[in-house]
Amino acid sequence: MATLTDDSAFGADDRLTTADGKPLKAALARAEARAKRRAFFLVLPLFLFVLITFIVPIGQMLHRSVHNSGFTLHTDIGSKVQTPIMVNLRDWFDNNPRGTEPDEAAFEALAADLVVLREVKAAGQAGTRINYELSGTRSMFTKAARKAPKLEAPFAAAILDLDEDWADPELWAAMRDASSAYTMNFYLAAVDLTRDTDGFVAQVDEKRRLYKQLFVRTLLLSLLITGLTFVLAYPIAHMLATLPLRYSNLLMILVLLPFWTSLLVRTTSWMVLLQSQGVVNDALVGTGVLADDSRIQMMYNQTGTIIAMTHILLPFMVLPLYSVMRTINPSYVRAAKSLGATSWTAFRRIYFPLTVPGIGAGALLVFILAVGYYITPALVGGADGQLISNLIAFHMQKSLNWSLAAALAGLLLGGILILYWLYDRLIGIDNLKLG
Amino acid sequence: MKLKTALLATALGGVAFGATAAEVTVMSWGGAYTKSQVEAYHKPFTAETGIAVNSVDSDNPATPIKAQVEAGNVTVDVADVEFSDAVRLCDEGLLEEIDQSMLPAAPDGTPASEDFIEGALQDCAVANIVWSTVFAYNKDNNPTAPDSIDDFFNTADFPGKRGLRKSAKATLEMALMGDGVPADEVYDLLETDEGVDRAFAKLDTIKDDIVWWEAGAQPPQLLADGEVVMSTAYNGRIFNAAIAENQPLEVVWDGQILDFDLFVVPKGAPNKEAAMQFISFSTDTQRLADQASWISYGPARKSSGAMVGKYSDGKTDMAPHMPTAEANLSNALVNNFEFWVDRDAELNERFNAWLAQ
Amino acid sequence: MALEIKWGDHVVNTSNEAAFVEFQRVQKSYDGETLVVKDLNLSMPKGEFLTMLGPSGSGKTTCLMMLAGFETATHGEIILDGQPINNIPPHKRGIGMVFQNYALFPHMTVAENLAFPLEVRGIDKSDREAKVQRALDMVELGAFGARRPAQLSGGQQQRVALARALVFEPELVLMDEPLGALDKQLREQMQFEITRLAHELGITTVYVTHDQTEALTMSDRVAVFEDGRIQQLAPPDQLYEEPENSFVAQFIGENNTLTGKLKSIDGGTCIVTLDSGEEIDAKPVNVERPGERTRISIRPERVEFDMKRLKKGSHTLKAEVKEFIYMGDIFRTRLSVAGNDNFIVKTRNAPNQVRLTPGTQIEIGWQPEDCRALDA
Repeated sequence: MATLTDDSAFGADDRLTTADGKPLKAALARAEARAKRRAFFLVLPLFLFVLITFIVPIGQMLHRSVHNSGFTLHTDIGSKVQTPIMVNLRDWFDNNPRGTEPDEAAFEALAADLVVLREVKAAGQAGTRINYELSGTRSMFTKAARKAPKLEAPFAAAILDLDEDWADPELWAAMRDASSAYTMNFYLAAVDLTRDTDGFVAQVDEKRRLYKQLFVRTLLLSLLITGLTFVLAYPIAHMLATLPLRYSNLLMILVLLPFWTSLLVRTTSWMVLLQSQGVVNDALVGTGVLADDSRIQMMYNQTGTIIAMTHILLPFMVLPLYSVMRTINPSYVRAAKSLGATSWTAFRRIYFPLTVPGIGAGALLVFILAVGYYITPALVGGADGQLISNLIAFHMQKSLNWSLAAALAGLLLGGILILYWLYDRLIGIDNLKLG
Repeated sequence: MKLKTALLATALGGVAFGATAAEVTVMSWGGAYTKSQVEAYHKPFTAETGIAVNSVDSDNPATPIKAQVEAGNVTVDVADVEFSDAVRLCDEGLLEEIDQSMLPAAPDGTPASEDFIEGALQDCAVANIVWSTVFAYNKDNNPTAPDSIDDFFNTADFPGKRGLRKSAKATLEMALMGDGVPADEVYDLLETDEGVDRAFAKLDTIKDDIVWWEAGAQPPQLLADGEVVMSTAYNGRIFNAAIAENQPLEVVWDGQILDFDLFVVPKGAPNKEAAMQFISFSTDTQRLADQASWISYGPARKSSGAMVGKYSDGKTDMAPHMPTAEANLSNALVNNFEFWVDRDAELNERFNAWLAQ
Repeated sequence: MALEIKWGDHVVNTSNEAAFVEFQRVQKSYDGETLVVKDLNLSMPKGEFLTMLGPSGSGKTTCLMMLAGFETATHGEIILDGQPINNIPPHKRGIGMVFQNYALFPHMTVAENLAFPLEVRGIDKSDREAKVQRALDMVELGAFGARRPAQLSGGQQQRVALARALVFEPELVLMDEPLGALDKQLREQMQFEITRLAHELGITTVYVTHDQTEALTMSDRVAVFEDGRIQQLAPPDQLYEEPENSFVAQFIGENNTLTGKLKSIDGGTCIVTLDSGEEIDAKPVNVERPGERTRISIRPERVEFDMKRLKKGSHTLKAEVKEFIYMGDIFRTRLSVAGNDNFIVKTRNAPNQVRLTPGTQIEIGWQPEDCRALDA
């Protein structure tokens, strides 16, 4: 600094230059370009791996949650030929506002589209898409498409003759919604909402409300499981961190043992233990604590889900806690005591706050895993121990409504990202210590 | 030039030969059921044609089929799926059509189209068995034997837990039959909101006593463990537990729900010709009758009925264990695939909501 | 085991009325097989700055921890201000402590660290703030109250640790190698600072270190620990000049030793026959009978090679100069004497001072009272 005699050397327009007068920044960039290129090529495989196995599938899933071309485009599996479908009906929807009674022109458009559906064998696909919005309509499409070539004017009468439900305004509203591939309806369905015939968002029938309740239950159960793992893991981790190495290694193996056992084996062994004819109940009955006819139901309900998941997720809480506790110098607690703090105060004011990064990491891990848990609740959860992931699996595997599954998963993903953001705001993500 | 062409032709021929003639991959449901197919279809098929059969299992073959076809990476040639799935996959263009004229006639000359039970032949699917959802009980845990579907819902006279499949399908029909609705009125009633309400109301009466199962292997286990005193189940699984494993389990045929399992060929199957050959071979009168000696599912051909003999242990007569036996059909419901294709999503949503309450 | 406890050969001190801190026949064992502290007796008056000095594993830190209450004595009594404290938990002892790694609470600011002992004592907020500020000013960190420990340099952290140990005005402060992590210059500055504060505030201090310079410069008295015992307890000058045994002589300061046999003893002086056969004068410290093996010890700065300055009849030794090192203020010369090649002589860099050339043969000697004949 002292060597700079001219203040204008720091002026906005004057750039520092190299000895031969080239701009310093450019020279620096050139000098480091090679190293940067090489570094980039080194991370390229990982970058591609993450992109292909993580980002692209998640992007596809999110896209599927707002995009369903079941009523707009047919792709032949064999030849990959793409045929737009329902084009006539879409024209009619474009030209007539929502709420217009379907007229003869509308039915004529429908009849023409049904013919196309039959030709390209897309009736099932179109019907399935509408069936998502309005149950009981799928077979109307497959049946009508089968008879489409024989339909004659007046089309309204002819189609209503096949099935009078074709006049249902809800059906026409559903077809209007589905005639655009992009839709938010799956997200609406994922929070127990639907569109009424006028296109307004409304609650679904009380008997079919499900997802909001399940999201709340998933959240509460996950919080409870996180709390339980914390209560159980804290003393264990403390013990691990303070015991002499040879004992703590043995204990660590016991903690890690579940990791080396198949998830199914662990879950099944809980079933053996907890079912009403299981080991625990037998022991209680055998010792006379319980009468034989009042065995406790600990399996196939929420209790079973909580017990099994707490056990399975326990290591995920123990390990971060342990790794943080191990780094806490025992002199902190000694210092607190020497300064006049009782053991409890020393724990509350000094030790506990120092373990917060571990608690945060463990809680975040356990909570995120619990929110997405699926196999264990499916096996031991019975009716009221099901979580939202079981419904996602249901729509992936059984109902095959992948768009709804994607919307549910999208909401779950969004929720976890919000949680992550909250954690960052409250505790700070750089405080996260996993090991 | 000529040499080059010749080489190319040989190479291509070799590839084609390797791809078509060597093998066919069949996907089924696992357990005793797959075993029965291996014994009755796969082994004789390989012995006769020299085509090897790869057997793979899935919890529900319809799901991987859909995924494979949509991803354009089909590895399965033949899959064994449920009726409603066969229809739905076919409607969505995910299956190859099956030419029914290739199916062999019955030994007495009756053409296949007449020999198969009604509904067993579809555009894209050929049925091989008739199976049934029944309820069964553990003889050791029931002082009085239940004998009707009403008893399943009667926890006052028959106390204890009930096992039910965690699915709206079959559960709602059984609830209505348990409420006294005759089999032939069940689907008409279920079409209405009142009927659905009534079914759920019936289920409400035993809700606290239900243990839900999902995999077909679970009910025999739950019954044998004493976790439940009665459970709905696939009849073949109960037969297997009772006869092959000597468990004290008994089937109640009253209120049974009959369904087909069908062979389909996914679009883009790598060995399509071999797949068709396999289906044609496996669904002839003799093979279907043979399968029935391995598991108590009824053959989909009328002509096979008379040929069903004894179980593979050589002493158990199979006929009375068949869902299609005359005595078992007095109050039986045939699954309405079209109803479920239409209502599956709605009723399962309602069912899940009811479960979560 | 309990029956076979060996009592040390030190005389048991009777309880001293004036003593502020007292260890009475204290023993400590961790495993029930070996004693880490063997029969410790120590008595400190109020206001004293006492250093426990010794190599690692000598038992000094264990003693400190027993006094602080983090270890319990296996046997014996520790008395603080007339009260036996063996059964008093650490937080009720009211002893300030500075830890080796400072043990500043990383999640609290400097001011919160200082306020902590006041807070747990229920002192109200305004008093607390005034005391914290006073303590920070005392260590010249008045402006650093809002910082976190991690934002301070090592020396600043050390001062904060000191201020925290003093802020609740304890009468006894324990320091466990508090300057170990600092560089030399800072360490010297802090040594001065700590002694100044201790004397200004009139607090009794027990200071543990393995650095003898630190012990000598800071303490009123130094207790040299080795093998679970106090080898010598004395003011620094006495410790340096009159070590009572060869361990202390070796441990404190630089020392030349030669071994031999006691030839004759005559009141305050004796003659020792070295293993090389030469004879030399010394002061008998813990040798009594002629013929006993002994190790004589002479400080490098007390060696004479100007024979005129020795008494008549003094014995001398032959020596060969091996190496001459110029160190600025002093010259350091390495000699080979009676088979010892590492015999060091230090001379002041004064005008006319002789600079010895390696290879030359010289003669050396010393005043008998400067050379101590100790245990072998």
